[in-house]
Amino acid sequence: MVDVTPADAVPPAEVGEVELYHPHSWWTKYVFSQDAKVIAVQYSATATAIGLVALVLSWLMRLQLGFPGTFDFITPEAYYQFITVHGMIMVIYLLTALFLGGFGNYLIPLMVGARDMVFPYVNMLSYWVYLLAVLVLVSSFFAPGGPTGAGWTLYPPQAIMTGTPGGQDWGIILMLSSLILFIIGFTMGGLNYVVTVLQGRTRGMTLMRLPLTVWGIFTATVMALLAFPALFVACVMMLLDRLLGTSFFMPAIVEMGEQLQHNGGSPILFQHLFWFFGHPEVYIVALPAFGIVSDLISTHARKNIFGYRMMVWAIIAIGALSFVVWAHHMYVSGMNPYFGFFFATTTLIIAVPTAIKVYNWVLTLWRGDIHLTIPMLFALAFIVTFVNGGLTGLFLGNVVVDVPLSDTMFVVAHFHMVMGVAPILVIFGAIYHWYPKVSGRMLDETLGRFHFWVTFLGAYLIFFPMHYLGLMGVPRRYAELTDMTIMTESAHHLNSFISIMAFIVGFAQMVFLFNLIWSIRHGREAGGNPWRATTLEWQTPETPPAHGNFGKELPIVYRWAYDYSVPGAKQDFIPQNVPGTFGPSREPT
Amino acid sequence: MAIALVLVLVVVGSVLFHFLSPWWWTPIASNWDYIDNTIIITFWITGVVFSAVVLFMAYCVFRFRHREGNRAAYEPENRRLESWLTVVTAVGVTALLVPGLFVWSRFVNVPSEAADIEVVGQQWQWSFRLPGKDGKLGTSDTRDVTSDNPLGVAPKDPNGQDDVLVEAADLHLPVGKPVKVLLRSIDVLHDFYIPEFRAKMDMIPGSVTYFWFTPTRTGTFQVLCAELCGQGHPLMHGVVVVDTEQDYQAWLGQQQTFAQLSAPQQTGSADRRPGETTASGPDIAAKLETVEAR
Amino acid sequence: MSVILVFLLVIAGFAGWWLSHQRLLAKPWLEQGMAGEDFVDLGRSPLPTAKIGLGVFLAVVGCLFSLFTSAYFMRMGLSDWRPLPLPRLLWLNTGVLVLSSVALQCAVVAARRGQLDMVKLGLATAGLTALAFLVGQLVAWRQLTEDGYLLASNPANSFFYLITAMHGLHIMGGLVGLGRTSASAWNGGRPERLRLGVELCAMYWHFLLFVWLGIFAVLAGWAATIIDICQRLLT
Repeated sequence: MVDVTPADAVPPAEVGEVELYHPHSWWTKYVFSQDAKVIAVQYSATATAIGLVALVLSWLMRLQLGFPGTFDFITPEAYYQFITVHGMIMVIYLLTALFLGGFGNYLIPLMVGARDMVFPYVNMLSYWVYLLAVLVLVSSFFAPGGPTGAGWTLYPPQAIMTGTPGGQDWGIILMLSSLILFIIGFTMGGLNYVVTVLQGRTRGMTLMRLPLTVWGIFTATVMALLAFPALFVACVMMLLDRLLGTSFFMPAIVEMGEQLQHNGGSPILFQHLFWFFGHPEVYIVALPAFGIVSDLISTHARKNIFGYRMMVWAIIAIGALSFVVWAHHMYVSGMNPYFGFFFATTTLIIAVPTAIKVYNWVLTLWRGDIHLTIPMLFALAFIVTFVNGGLTGLFLGNVVVDVPLSDTMFVVAHFHMVMGVAPILVIFGAIYHWYPKVSGRMLDETLGRFHFWVTFLGAYLIFFPMHYLGLMGVPRRYAELTDMTIMTESAHHLNSFISIMAFIVGFAQMVFLFNLIWSIRHGREAGGNPWRATTLEWQTPETPPAHGNFGKELPIVYRWAYDYSVPGAKQDFIPQNVPGTFGPSREPT
Repeated sequence: MAIALVLVLVVVGSVLFHFLSPWWWTPIASNWDYIDNTIIITFWITGVVFSAVVLFMAYCVFRFRHREGNRAAYEPENRRLESWLTVVTAVGVTALLVPGLFVWSRFVNVPSEAADIEVVGQQWQWSFRLPGKDGKLGTSDTRDVTSDNPLGVAPKDPNGQDDVLVEAADLHLPVGKPVKVLLRSIDVLHDFYIPEFRAKMDMIPGSVTYFWFTPTRTGTFQVLCAELCGQGHPLMHGVVVVDTEQDYQAWLGQQQTFAQLSAPQQTGSADRRPGETTASGPDIAAKLETVEAR
Repeated sequence: MSVILVFLLVIAGFAGWWLSHQRLLAKPWLEQGMAGEDFVDLGRSPLPTAKIGLGVFLAVVGCLFSLFTSAYFMRMGLSDWRPLPLPRLLWLNTGVLVLSSVALQCAVVAARRGQLDMVKLGLATAGLTALAFLVGQLVAWRQLTEDGYLLASNPANSFFYLITAMHGLHIMGGLVGLGRTSASAWNGGRPERLRLGVELCAMYWHFLLFVWLGIFAVLAGWAATIIDICQRLLT
């Protein structure tokens, strides 16, 4: 029954050894390192640091919304700067960078069985350009006029006009430059992630044996490589409009009583370019989260992911479809209204593969052996918030329902739930899951549970009621909600409640940070494979994995990534690099 | 274990919140109750799905939690179940989409009897223009905006001479008559939004956008700007009053036409080039200062 | 946005073709062990990794220029568009760029045969002609500005300067790579590495030539005419 294929029966030559980079000094080992694992930690640390800035900004804006008129230092100007930089950081500099630059760098080489990324030098450059982009963004706080306050969508004409903070100062210039740098840096990294999955896989690691985490990150990276150029084009053209007086996006305009020199440009053109990037961006953040959460659920429920093939096809389908739905962000933008029919249809079609993914996560739990570890708790919370946010997406995607709801707090609640809270819960789950591999120690359990409960319930209490403010008609991006006839007194109280919850949830993140730092030295020793998982990153000879990942010999893969609780096997998991045939229903190989 | 209970509580709490909380849409004042109905359909379908998924999950967590000696079942996939779920989802999505598209086609096809009115947005106030006796709006261009002609109505166009201008004041509309709202901006993006009417649309400098509605009850409604337009955005309120026909005619009689407004200054503005300071400039600058002072 | 959608369709077709060879319909849980030679074939492509990497990068570059072209066509439809007369010099520049590509192709052939002198000659010619192309583009810019076609005076001008500048920047980036390859040719690097380097340069050069022909057609207005004719044929 057990048919062991000895390793030496495998034709030896087809995987050539990579020329491994060897650091010579402390600087090249820890700072200018070309090791993907070090780069991953650098990416993650930078993204977390800038994420803290975004967290503080969100507190400041919630202060203003929850307690209007109480804090004099929050002028409308400052408020718009807060929301703009908060949104930009969260979407691009935190979520994109952390999922692809952080998790991608750490997990791809380990999970596909490679020693490192295929172009380590370019990979290192990617991080340093990203850091530069972050620094340029931060520098706008110290520039005259402060950062831009144009909203994260940066819609022209207002983004480059006097009435907007930073529009005629340095703010918008630094913002656009920072984005251009980010895109250049990301492209360098993205090439690595894609080509490593294509060419760096170890023997036996076919595409259908890849863990879904790799599938998610891989597809998201391909999408990002094709979508970010649209943002690049939009940024370059807007920069020219602002600095050299061209009229790509700027029509004839009377500003403060003055006729501007621009003529004939099209603000809608910018919106098309922006959302051609912006919608795939949602899935660039979501797909890695989908992949990671699939692996978390499977590992901690001790059961193979239900419908693996469907999950892979759904990832590919979502990736492809997400390029033809961009104009659902523009239903009331004044574009040709007949586009609405097309884009509403494509948008609702994309709900089908997404729903299949949700069903398969839940069906993986069915008849599983569910260990309620912290990663599992976060995965469950992800499903709740993602289903909630995904379903409100059906409101906004359905063109006519979007008409009253667009640009209200409903939209804010929706996208925070679906691409803010949900992916971040996955990030937390993933950190609790892989921290033992990165550091060799477990994160503290008690602090972790406290962090989980406050974050999950708090975030739900923030964003669920917020939908109803939007339904009431409260617009988003209002620095003050005074003199609004539609807002009842109780709606203002609801806003104060939301603000208080926001502070509490933010505080819980400090506990998490403390846990991260404290556990490096004081956490429980983890061992090589504390979750008894099957994928290759848990099978490394050392923990944390040494440079080169797998010691002398690269692992050979004999099975898919989800052999949990296989009948006939002694343990309830079989690592991917263990040879042999198990299970009653299997075809002999 | 606690998590199973909490998942149930999340569903129960969300449903109770939906039905019991005081926060709901404002009473409708236009013909777009179709939109409200579509939202209600969407709430029902999505609500059922949300409750079903989360409750099922709670059951799984409770029933299949780890106990000593447990082992998970081995089930890589189940084609029948997956196909069924796909079909059911597709049906549900279609049930959402089809009514939505029907209402959208009503929304984009303006009835021929709808009367044109024009709304002009600028940082940070609303102005309005009505077609006057000939029933036609004159053409307009941002380049024609001057101190005497803050809305940029084409001075040479005969259709524009009798247009009624309502600058930075309240707009009145007769109840029960469909109106096609033509939207124009002379500076940045704005969005003409009255929550009670449900409809809204962005205004784009350089082009004219539109939507239509029929006011169904009299009253005074607040106009909000729903597209970020600079730091005065939250202050950009306006007022639309829906009148009975009699009251409306009385109000209309008091308004001035483009010809009346521009006649006395005609000589002064003849040699004025476009591109020079207009009257609204100082107003707006003053407004900006007050915004900054806050 | 039609140009970029067509471009993405091509990419999707390519990705679909590749995926169709990856046995996405297989049931992985039934396939244990190495299963004969099947899985070995499904590993990496026989092409060198650097070429795959460059291929992916060129897809990104193609995406960038498709987006510029999309924006060009969308902006062109608006009323204030006044096409600018292209300087005759661009024809000469095109010829120089073709020459550059041909020279690199010769270098590739020579590298495969191991003729180092021919490789050096090819690389040097390619580098010099590429530089000549860049200078020619600058001269074309000067001619236009002297004739009063300034960057900001009309969107057609703005697009001309913007797109040619983007293309020129990519050529400059290529020159860095070409410089590194030439250095290894003169310093006697390993022959197989040199061959790979020359092949990569040639691939990049041919692609940029292709992009240039594309944007030349767009800027000269032929692309619009062709699309127009196609639309008439369809209706």
